[in-house]
Amino acid sequence: MAVLLIADVNAGELSVDATAKAVSAAGALGDVTVLCVGANCKGAADEAAKIDGVAKVLCAEDAVLGHQMAEPAADLIVSLAGDYSHIAAPGTTDAKNIMPRVAALLDTQIISEVTAIVDGDTFERPIYAGNAIQTVKSGDATKVMTIRTAGFDAAGMGGSASVEAIGAPADPGLSSWVEDKVAESDRPELTSAGVVVSGGRGVGSEEDFALIEGLADKLNAAVGASRAAVDSGYAPNDWQVGQTGKVVAPDLYVAVGISGAIQHLAGMKDSKIIVAINKDEEAPIFQVADFGLVADLFDAVPELTSKLG
Amino acid sequence: MKVLVPVKRVIDYNVKVRVKADGSGVDLANVKMSMNPFDEIAVEEAIRLKEAGKADEVVAVSVGVKQAQETLRTALAMGADRAILVVAADDVHNDIEPLAVAKILKGIVDEEQPGLVLCGKQAIDNDMNATGQMLSALLGWSQATFASEVDVDGDSAVVTREVDGGLQTIKVKMPSIVTVDLRLNEPRYASLPNIMKAKKKPLDEKTPADYGVDASPRLTVVSTKEPEARSAGIMVGSVDELVEKLKEAGAV
Repeated sequence: MAVLLIADVNAGELSVDATAKAVSAAGALGDVTVLCVGANCKGAADEAAKIDGVAKVLCAEDAVLGHQMAEPAADLIVSLAGDYSHIAAPGTTDAKNIMPRVAALLDTQIISEVTAIVDGDTFERPIYAGNAIQTVKSGDATKVMTIRTAGFDAAGMGGSASVEAIGAPADPGLSSWVEDKVAESDRPELTSAGVVVSGGRGVGSEEDFALIEGLADKLNAAVGASRAAVDSGYAPNDWQVGQTGKVVAPDLYVAVGISGAIQHLAGMKDSKIIVAINKDEEAPIFQVADFGLVADLFDAVPELTSKLG
Repeated sequence: MKVLVPVKRVIDYNVKVRVKADGSGVDLANVKMSMNPFDEIAVEEAIRLKEAGKADEVVAVSVGVKQAQETLRTALAMGADRAILVVAADDVHNDIEPLAVAKILKGIVDEEQPGLVLCGKQAIDNDMNATGQMLSALLGWSQATFASEVDVDGDSAVVTREVDGGLQTIKVKMPSIVTVDLRLNEPRYASLPNIMKAKKKPLDEKTPADYGVDASPRLTVVSTKEPEARSAGIMVGSVDELVEKLKEAGAV
């Protein structure tokens, strides 16, 4: 069996954490060939070649593949599909955009957000916002899947696979990129950070999110938010942790003013240590927290920030 | 322009999900069912396009059990003009997979020739996040997923998408498939007069065979289980105690 794994490449740079975790998951399925796609991705391909367990790297560089537009990216992947039993990608928004398109073009049912690989046909994935875990067996000839990487350990960086440049598909002329609005931040990236500090509706306003950010900076942490906080406009959408946002599994997760809806828990329950600060002692977040503190966050967070480090 | 909006009947988002004791799935017997929340946002957006004069007809479609006609009546009460129900299952526990739904929707698109398909980005039951993208692939159309802003202008649309890094704006050629995210709009509630009016709006009933589609699943469910529970830890009495515990655990 052979796996084509689509690397997570953003603006020419490899997201090593997501890709290396997906390689370690996909390694159970067979030899892993990594595909890097982008307007410029030679650097990303060279980096992917260092991931342990990668047999080969394919590098498709072309302007049409910039910004990971779904239509040309899917055409490219489908043109390569014949050589592989499995086509997989870390479950980023890019992959969620592209991979179902690939699956449909190959007449296979996609298997989204795989959390465990049982065997070459059988996979576990969360359903109902993480309220249930389903094991499904695919009868399709080619398995197309996205991998929820948070639960897998990253493969090491001691490899030296060969890198092969490949051609790009013709521009289908269906869509074009206009602009990205990416928040510039010196903080660690949310999905790969060792520490995450998240705020919920209890924080109360966009201004008061500065408290969460202050604690995060003290801990060299990424900042997250519950869906309620994002919907209320306290935090931007790319901070959302949960079933429909980002799934994280840091060494330390600090949940501040978050009640702990199952939707949120699905996005952070694999964290090693969970701390919850909430003034409502009945909040469900305390049922998953290793350390719970019933307190007003406006007192507790500044005190915690000053007493750490 | 005609807008097609696929909607799914799913367990109501407020209902506590229970896994069946035999591990065959989630218990849906005698459970409150509603329109998938993401699909409600898609219906709302379609109606707003009509109100803005950019669409002239909104057609709601559902694929599933016969009871999904209630979900379609909700869409009609919100303001959709007519509805198509494709009865593809007898048992509510039999979920029709995104690939089969996309094939059926392709058949409907071929007949109806809409200029835009607006759908929810994912259903809150199987969480596949796939039907819109799959339909787009089968039609060879453009796609814009996870939309938080949609601006249709003639033969193209500018769509802002919620992506991992923040927001991305793309321009797609029409006809197109747009899948919508949570923050696109706030769906309206149907008023009582509109609920009454919806009962008289046309609702056609079809089967997968009408579109030449075999809706049998590609995935076999081996088992369904509760997620592993995380055991609760300890409550601390003060920030000092919390700092001490975190230091003991080597977390800070």
